[in-house]
Amino acid sequence: MLWKTLTYSGWGRVAEATGPVARPERVSSLAAALADDAGPAIGNCRSYGDACLSDGRSAIKMVRLDRMISFDADAGVLDVEAGMCVGEIAKIFAPQGWLPAVMPGTGFATVGGCIANDVHGKNHHGAGSFGQHVVEITLMNGDKTTVISPSKNAALFKATVGGLGQTGVIVSAKLQLLACKGDVMMVTERRIDGFDEFIEALDASQASYTVGWIDATAKGDALGRGILEEGETGYGLVPAKKKSKTVPFNAPRFALSKPIVKMFNSAYFRRVPENGRTSVKPIQDFFFPLDAIHDWNKLYGKQGFMQFQCVVPPGQIDALKRMLEKIAHSGLASPLAVLKRMGGGAAGLMSFPMEGYTLAVDFRSSAKALKLIAELETTTAEAGGRVYLAKDATLEAKHLPAMYPNLSKFSAAANKADPDGNFETDLTSRLRIRSAS
Amino acid sequence: MTDNWIILGATSSMAKAFARAVSSEGARVFLAGRDLEDLRVSASDCVQRGAEAAEAMMFDARQQPGFKAIVDRVAQEDGMINVAVFVGSMPAQSDIDADPSLIDGVIKDSFTGPAAFLQTIAPEMEERGGGTVIGVGSVAGDRGRIGNYVYGSAKAGFHTYLSGLRNRLTRSGGHVVTVKPGFVDSAMTWGIEGMFLVAPPEKVATDLLRAVEKKKNVIYTPFFWAIIMGIITRIPERIFKKMSI
Ligand SMILES: Cc1cc2nc3c(=O)[nH]c(=O)nc-3n(C[C@H](O)[C@H](O)[C@H](O)COP(=O)(O)OP(=O)(O)OC[C@H]3O[C@@H](n4cnc5c(N)ncnc54)[C@H](O)[C@@H]3O)c2cc1C
Repeated sequence: MLWKTLTYSGWGRVAEATGPVARPERVSSLAAALADDAGPAIGNCRSYGDACLSDGRSAIKMVRLDRMISFDADAGVLDVEAGMCVGEIAKIFAPQGWLPAVMPGTGFATVGGCIANDVHGKNHHGAGSFGQHVVEITLMNGDKTTVISPSKNAALFKATVGGLGQTGVIVSAKLQLLACKGDVMMVTERRIDGFDEFIEALDASQASYTVGWIDATAKGDALGRGILEEGETGYGLVPAKKKSKTVPFNAPRFALSKPIVKMFNSAYFRRVPENGRTSVKPIQDFFFPLDAIHDWNKLYGKQGFMQFQCVVPPGQIDALKRMLEKIAHSGLASPLAVLKRMGGGAAGLMSFPMEGYTLAVDFRSSAKALKLIAELETTTAEAGGRVYLAKDATLEAKHLPAMYPNLSKFSAAANKADPDGNFETDLTSRLRIRSAS
Repeated sequence: MTDNWIILGATSSMAKAFARAVSSEGARVFLAGRDLEDLRVSASDCVQRGAEAAEAMMFDARQQPGFKAIVDRVAQEDGMINVAVFVGSMPAQSDIDADPSLIDGVIKDSFTGPAAFLQTIAPEMEERGGGTVIGVGSVAGDRGRIGNYVYGSAKAGFHTYLSGLRNRLTRSGGHVVTVKPGFVDSAMTWGIEGMFLVAPPEKVATDLLRAVEKKKNVIYTPFFWAIIMGIITRIPERIFKKMSI
């Protein structure tokens, strides 16, 4: 059958949707689903909040359209259906010397999802965003299939990349892959003792791939301490692959309680020797460390969790530090907190990346966490920064125009492509994105 | 030497998962089905995943005159010839009740079509002295039930055919695996009520490969369907006839 009524949620499991979902296995059944009851395309629902939800309306799950249509081995251009996961592309192509130019922190994100959120990776400061490596997109909207690229239908391209699925269904895309040395990573890890040093170290890093893990429970002098990881692709013997583990049930509340998180973070920090260390890792261990545990989102228990991710301009380091202080004093942070340097690279009107520093912190859902996140959002807005919509479940619509200066232009383009609002998601309705023009 | 795999009904998700699995082992694959445009994409996907070569071919279980062309094409290649049959059709029993002429199509798609194809290719396999046939039947073929007994009887016929073919091909070094999948998470079961213990197609594909390697005769996939069907087939008819499962 075409439709199945499903209740599903984003990765954080704080918001839920119920509605008919089609999961086409051929392009012709995708067209049939759109003709029958058009709704937004969704990928693997690795967005945390409600970007991938369509409550009470239809949605089209793209994961079964996941084939490689062609590969130009000289140019490194892969034509691929939108439901294929980036991790799968990496697994197949790294041994041949190619990687997706940009990879988010989970290999389960689909190509369509990576385009629609114009995702960034650990190499954003050098390589830019995912959309900057998209050569061409095949977009389906009603009975029309359009090919768009940075030079052809350029306006629609800019509204589709980072476009939250609002311009139609991305059926397939041509991706410019990045040449790599092989399928292992040479990784250097070193301890960083505090916030200011962290900023300095991130600025000074020459590595292609850089990411900072932060102990968001550390206060005072230790505020912002953490581990800086720097990586380069390499070749050599691949350590044996470990089997992935699964979290079978929702964890009880105490699993991520304050003392346990504090203890965990201290141990994690000391795991790296004082003088640092260099090791060889399989690529998936470096790029997708969390994917090794399936369904790790259940660790946060039934009530789910939220991730706050912002980016602030380079001159707003103080604002960032204040946010981190607030988080540390709240005692609400989980072990997952990440700090990265971002370059200016972005490909779409609604792309998140901008020059500066990006901070991402997970919180278990609670009234206190909601209040804290609202404060962090206000600080971000005042600092001229942005909140990442792929992670968002809570932002107030009033903050949006300042954070996303192309909002009204985007809204107009989306309304032109989709006048009936078929592709609205719960996120775009909540933030009234489509009525901003 | 490179193995050849002819995959009948290659657009199904189970077939796609199986084609990917043999492709990554370097096989030459022939993807046969009705939607050529779609199969061409699957063929390039197989090549990227390591297939020595991959070709899309027209196959319609209801058009027997076309079978010979596929056999002739594959016969040009060296190496063993293997066939995996994933074709079949399952209209709702209520549709069949309303229009009994649908029965012919179900029997052709699920039984006589693939049987005729296997009959056409069997001499070529015998000549090469080996090769494996995977015939995908169904747990529905183990016992007629009110919900889908037309489809079930077609599959039961196919099971019996496969057992005879196994008897025949064994003599020349060939082998036949009869596969009885339970519910598989595919377009066929998507949104159908009453599905439970639904298996991902990749899991089924892995089971198929293992069955080929170990020369299994009849397998249920996932394995627990053997237990479920063991129970269902043992229920006395006088009780079973009043049940609706
Ligand atoms: C552990 C983890 C780590 C992460 N790390 C990062 C990171 O480092 N950097 C980063 O940028 N993000 C990161 N993310 C976020 C994630 O990469 C994005 O949310 C991504 O969009 C998820 O892809 P998906 O296929 O699951 O899409 P979904 O979440 O299902 O959908 C996301 C959006 O894409 C649209 N969409 C999906 N497919 C299509 C299509 N075919 N056509 C049109 N629109 C479509 C949807 O409508 C929706 O608006 C991370 C997420 C997790 C869970």
